[in-house]
Amino acid sequence: MVQLDAIQKRLIEEIADLHSVPAGAYNFRANSKLAGRNTTANIDIVSKPDGSGIDIHVKPGTKNESVHIPVVLSESGIKETVYNDFYIGEGADVVIVAGCGIDNCGSQDSEHDGIHRFYVGKNAKIKYVEKHYGSGDGRGQRILNPVTEVYQEEGSSVEMEMEQIKGVDSTERTTLAELKADARLVVKERLMTHGSQNAVSTYRVNLNGAGATADVVSRSVARDESSQTFNARITGNAPCSGHTECDSIIMDKGRILAIPSLEANDVDAMLVHEAAIGKIAGDQLVKLMTLGLTEQEAEEQIINGFLR
Amino acid sequence: MLEIRNLSFAVHEDDRQKEIIHDLNLTIEDGKFTVITGPNGSGKSTLARLIMGIEKPISGSILLDGEDITALDITERAKKGISFAFQQPVRFKGIRVKDLLRLAAGKRISVSEACAYLSEVGLCARDYIDREINSSLSGGELKRIEIATLLARKTRLSVFDEPEAGIDLWSFQNLIRIFEKMRAEIRDSAIVIISHQERILQIADEILVLADGRISEKGTPAEILPRLIGQSAPVSACQKLQ
Repeated sequence: MVQLDAIQKRLIEEIADLHSVPAGAYNFRANSKLAGRNTTANIDIVSKPDGSGIDIHVKPGTKNESVHIPVVLSESGIKETVYNDFYIGEGADVVIVAGCGIDNCGSQDSEHDGIHRFYVGKNAKIKYVEKHYGSGDGRGQRILNPVTEVYQEEGSSVEMEMEQIKGVDSTERTTLAELKADARLVVKERLMTHGSQNAVSTYRVNLNGAGATADVVSRSVARDESSQTFNARITGNAPCSGHTECDSIIMDKGRILAIPSLEANDVDAMLVHEAAIGKIAGDQLVKLMTLGLTEQEAEEQIINGFLR
Repeated sequence: MLEIRNLSFAVHEDDRQKEIIHDLNLTIEDGKFTVITGPNGSGKSTLARLIMGIEKPISGSILLDGEDITALDITERAKKGISFAFQQPVRFKGIRVKDLLRLAAGKRISVSEACAYLSEVGLCARDYIDREINSSLSGGELKRIEIATLLARKTRLSVFDEPEAGIDLWSFQNLIRIFEKMRAEIRDSAIVIISHQERILQIADEILVLADGRISEKGTPAEILPRLIGQSAPVSACQKLQ
């Protein structure tokens, strides 16, 4: 049974597109307490004995199942660090939806630091979706500092979608990945900051086995007086291929620092990085205005498309 | 009907004002397919952009159905029923063909309606409807999508700025077919095409020749084309140098 109030339900909708209790395994956490849990024959969720988080075990060969682990904070002044460890069995193929929504109407800061570790078995495949959302008009800050660690066995595949579009005042995201032979990692990050928000996103990807591939792509928009730092490094320690790209739209008095970097320790490592920062192109605005949109509507459409 | 009265436009170059359009007068009548032609640098594209409101004139006025629209911005002119196809269609990251067609139609048109516009310009809708309007599309594909957005808008005045620019021969044949169909279906709306292409000039109801920022000649293709063909430009190079 999941017990959530109206604000918590709204946050869940924002971060997990969930309008009701999902099918499959789930673990809902609201204001630092367990609000509901379901396990299936193939996916088990157990609390860590010391109460610091949960362990999620996906049996080898599990196919077409999903795990939802949303977290919502609707009281002001909560500060928590949670450790969630995922053990994905060989050959499994699952979707994991995480995410954190904070509604802070109070004057104290609310902070959720989720540390997610993924141990992905041989030839297993996961799609991991993480959304962050903040709301509430209190003076208290909404802070999220997620750490994601991914350990990929041979032939495994991980696709990650990270999205933070609204309302988070401060975020420092760190993603570390270690890939063995023929493992594949694809990261799609979408970020928008506004007001005086600050976001830092750091990636360290190590391609350790022959045939490992990584593609880390970030698209971001910095509006108002917000600032962003994107710092991604791909290290090739074997014959492998890696690509990182950071594409940003800067608006108003926003600030963006992009630091893509590459390190090759093997002659057959093929690594590429790209970074671009610029304001919305004038001809894009003009084109949409010739279709009858106002300048502001045109801007919204361009940003919505860019962050899709 | 579109009327342009005593329109002048200038750009600033090296602290000097350089006039591109000089005291230009013209009338575009409804139900007609008008082609504006002229040598490079004669001000054709500038004129098209002035009609859409992308550029602002230094003097003169533009009237649509008798209403002075000179002071209106791009959005307001678009809402009054003017549409514009860019010489170089704009690319967008993340915006899909169906999104652009929906924005053009001004409402949530169904996928099958969007597909109908694409089929009209010779694109297989299934292959294109979900494509992003980014650099993965070729010049010819972009051009046809651009035209499809004008079809979706169904406005009373459509201005095409050099639709043939940057497309290959194969796409060009299709383009001509699209314009022939548009001309056949023209009712109480008007179509203005900026073009150098003989094939497009041939299907015009009226050709306006622009030279040095003024209308130098106007008439039917039968009257204008014989004089234009066999001549590298409506104005000889020597005349320009004088």
